[in-house]
Amino acid sequence: MYSSLLRILALIRKEFLAVLRDPRSRFIIFVPTILQCLIFGYAASFDLNSVPYAVLDEDHSAASAAFLSRLDGSGIFQRQADLVRVEDISTSINSGRALLIIQIGQDFERHLLAGEPAQVQVIADGRNSNTAGTALGYFESVVETFNASWRSNHGQTGPSVRIVLRSWFNPNLDSRWSMLPSLIGTLTMLGTLMLTAMSVAREREQGTFDQLLVTPFRPFEIMAGKAIPNIAIGLTQSTTILLIAQFWFHIPFAGSFVVLYAGLGLFLMAAVGLGLFVSSIAKTMQQAMLYAFLLVMPFALLSGLTTPFNSMPKFLQSVMIINPLRYALDLTRRVYLEDAGFVQLFSDFLPLAVIGLVTLSGAAWLFRRRLT
Amino acid sequence: MKDWSAKLRRIRALTLKETRQVLRDPSSIAIGIVFPLMMILLFGYGLSLDVNRVSVAVVDEDASADSAALVGAFRLSPYFKVTVAHSMVEANTMFLDQGVDGVLRIPSDFARRSHSGGAEIQILVNGTDANQARIMQAYAQGPVAGWSAAQAVSGAAVSAGPVIVVDRMWFNENNDSHYFLVPGLIVLVMTIIGAFLTAMVVAREWERGTLEALFVTPMRAGEFLMSKLIPYFGLGMIGFVLCLLAGQFLFHVPLRGSFFLLCLASMIYLLVALGIGLLISTLVKSQFLASQLALLLTFLPAMMLSGFLYDLRSMPVLVRGITYVLPARYAVSLMQTLYLAGDVGSVVWLNLGILAAMAVALLVLTRLATRKQLS
Repeated sequence: MYSSLLRILALIRKEFLAVLRDPRSRFIIFVPTILQCLIFGYAASFDLNSVPYAVLDEDHSAASAAFLSRLDGSGIFQRQADLVRVEDISTSINSGRALLIIQIGQDFERHLLAGEPAQVQVIADGRNSNTAGTALGYFESVVETFNASWRSNHGQTGPSVRIVLRSWFNPNLDSRWSMLPSLIGTLTMLGTLMLTAMSVAREREQGTFDQLLVTPFRPFEIMAGKAIPNIAIGLTQSTTILLIAQFWFHIPFAGSFVVLYAGLGLFLMAAVGLGLFVSSIAKTMQQAMLYAFLLVMPFALLSGLTTPFNSMPKFLQSVMIINPLRYALDLTRRVYLEDAGFVQLFSDFLPLAVIGLVTLSGAAWLFRRRLT
Repeated sequence: MKDWSAKLRRIRALTLKETRQVLRDPSSIAIGIVFPLMMILLFGYGLSLDVNRVSVAVVDEDASADSAALVGAFRLSPYFKVTVAHSMVEANTMFLDQGVDGVLRIPSDFARRSHSGGAEIQILVNGTDANQARIMQAYAQGPVAGWSAAQAVSGAAVSAGPVIVVDRMWFNENNDSHYFLVPGLIVLVMTIIGAFLTAMVVAREWERGTLEALFVTPMRAGEFLMSKLIPYFGLGMIGFVLCLLAGQFLFHVPLRGSFFLLCLASMIYLLVALGIGLLISTLVKSQFLASQLALLLTFLPAMMLSGFLYDLRSMPVLVRGITYVLPARYAVSLMQTLYLAGDVGSVVWLNLGILAAMAVALLVLTRLATRKQLS
C-alpha cells in the first residue's frame, strides 16, 4: 500500500515535470485560459449596446423630430445618415452601415394630432436575424416610452399596463454575470480533457509508455499518476478564471468556496476520466486530439452555455445526461450567483460523481486490457 | 523542361502519400466529414436561441375580472406554462427550488389602476441565465398586449399607438436563424480542417523528424508545401460541399449571390486557413502546441469574434480592433452577404480582396519560414 503510494507520487512528479518544464507548454496551459476568459467576457453577449441606424424622414415635422430625438437620446441608437430618397435605403442596408432603417411617412404628425395611429416603418438587416430581432425589440421599447409620454401630454388615457421586471441574483440582467461563472467549467473542461488525452497519447507515440510498462507500476497506479496532476492543473485553471471574474470583471461571488471546489473536484474527475477514455482509444496524438475535440464541441455547445438547456429538443436533452459540463455549468452559476448549497445542488453533484466514477473506472479497465 | 516534369512528379508522389495517410487515419476522416455533419445537425436542430414554454407561477392578488383575463392571456400564450400560486411566499419557494422559471405578480390594485392607465404587473426572473431572463421578459409583452387589445375591443379606450411600428426584416423575412447559421458554419468547418488539422499533421512530421529525412531528397520546400496543401484543400472542399448541400436541402437557405463567387470565396478562405495551419506548425514544431495554438488563434475567433454568433458592434473598442486582423471576420461577412443579400459589390470585393491578400501573405511567410529551417 505504502509503496504503491510512493510510486504514484513519483509518477505525479514526473507528469508535472513533463508538462511544466517546457516554458512553451506552461504558456499553452495558462495563457489561452486567460485570453479566452477575457474574450468570452467581452464578446459573448447577445445584448446590443450600439445600434447604427439611418432615417428617411419624409415628414420633417416637430413630431418626427421629437420622435427621433428620443431615439438618439436613448444612448443605444446611433444615427449614421439622414436619407433623402427611398432608393438610398437599399444602399445603406446592403453595405452594412446601418442595422435599422427608419422611415417616417409624410403624414406622421397629422395622424398623431388627429389621434389616429401613425405608422413608422422599420427595415432591419436580417443577415444576422438574432441581432436584428434584438435591435427591433429595443426600438419597440423606445416607441413605447414615446407613446406613453405623448399620451400623457395630450390627455389620452387607456388601459395600459407597465411591466416591472425584477431580476434576482443578477439585478441588471448583465449577461456577463451569467457568462463568467459558466466559463469556470467550460474553459477548464476544454483545457483538461485535451491535455489528459494528449499526455497518454504522447507517451505512446514517443515510446515512453512501453518503458512505463516494464516498471513495477500497476495499471491503476499509472492511471492515478496521469489523473491527479491533470485534475490539479484543471483546478488551477478554474481558480484563474474565478479570480478574473471577481477582480477583473467585478462580479460579486455570493456562494461558498467549499461547495464550489467540491463540485469542481467531482467535475474534473469526470473530465479527466473522459480524457483518459479518449486516450485509451486513440493510437496517435493526432487521433487523441481530434477525438477529444469532437467530444468537447457538442458537450460545450449543448451544455446551456450559449442557449437555454431546456429549449433544446427533448431527445438531445436526454442524450446530454452524460455531459458533465451541463451539471458543472448549473453548479458554478448557482454557487457563484445564488449561494446555492449542497442540498440544492444535489441534482448536480450526484450525476457528476457517477460520471466521474464510470469514466475513471472505464479508463482503468481499458488501460489494463491494453496492457495485458 | 525536364526540371519541371521532375518537380511535378515529386509533388504528385508526395501528394499521393499524404492523401493515403489522410484516408487511412480514421481521425482525419472524422474531422473532414463527421465534424461538418455534426456541426450542421447541432446548429440546425440542437441549438435554439428561442425559449419555449417558460414555466411561470402566477400570483393574482387582485382576483378581479380584469386580472383573471390577464392570467387567461398568459395561459393561452404558447410561450408560457402557467402554475397558480396562492401567495408570494409560495411562489418564491417554487422559484427558489427551480420548480418555475419566473413569477408573475398581479398586485391588488391592478383593476382599479388599469383604467386610469397606470397599472403595473411584476415579473420576477432568475438572472443566473441572463439571456433566458431577457427572452422571457420580451415574451411577456405578448400576452399583455393581447390583454390590452381585448380590453379595447370590449369598450375601453384604444390603447394601441399612437405610434405603431411596422417592421420588416430584410434578407430573412421569416426570422429563421438557419439563415445566418449556415453561412457561418462554412467558415467554422473550413477553419477546423484548414488550420487545426493541417497544423497537427505538419507538426507531426517535424516532431518525428520525417521532415528532415525528406529534406535530404531533391525535394524543395515549395514542393513539400504544395503536397500538404492539395489533400487538405480537397478535404476542406468536401466539408464545404456538405454545408452547401445542408443549406440547400435541409434548411432551405436561399443563395441570393452567385454560386461562382461563393465557391471562390470559400476557396480563398480555405487557403487562408491552410496558410495559418502550415505557418503555426512550421513555427512551433510540436503537435500539442500547434493544435492548441490553432484552436486559440483560428477556431475560437471564428466562433466568437467573427460576427457569426455575437454582434461585433457591441464589443468594446479594443476587442473590435482585434477582429480587424482576423480573417474569419471578413469570411463571415462575405458568406452572409453572398448567401442572403446577393452580390453586393462594395462588401464582396473588399472582403474578398482582404482575404486574398492574407492568403498570399501567409503562404509566402510559410514558404520563407520553411526555407529558413533548411539552412
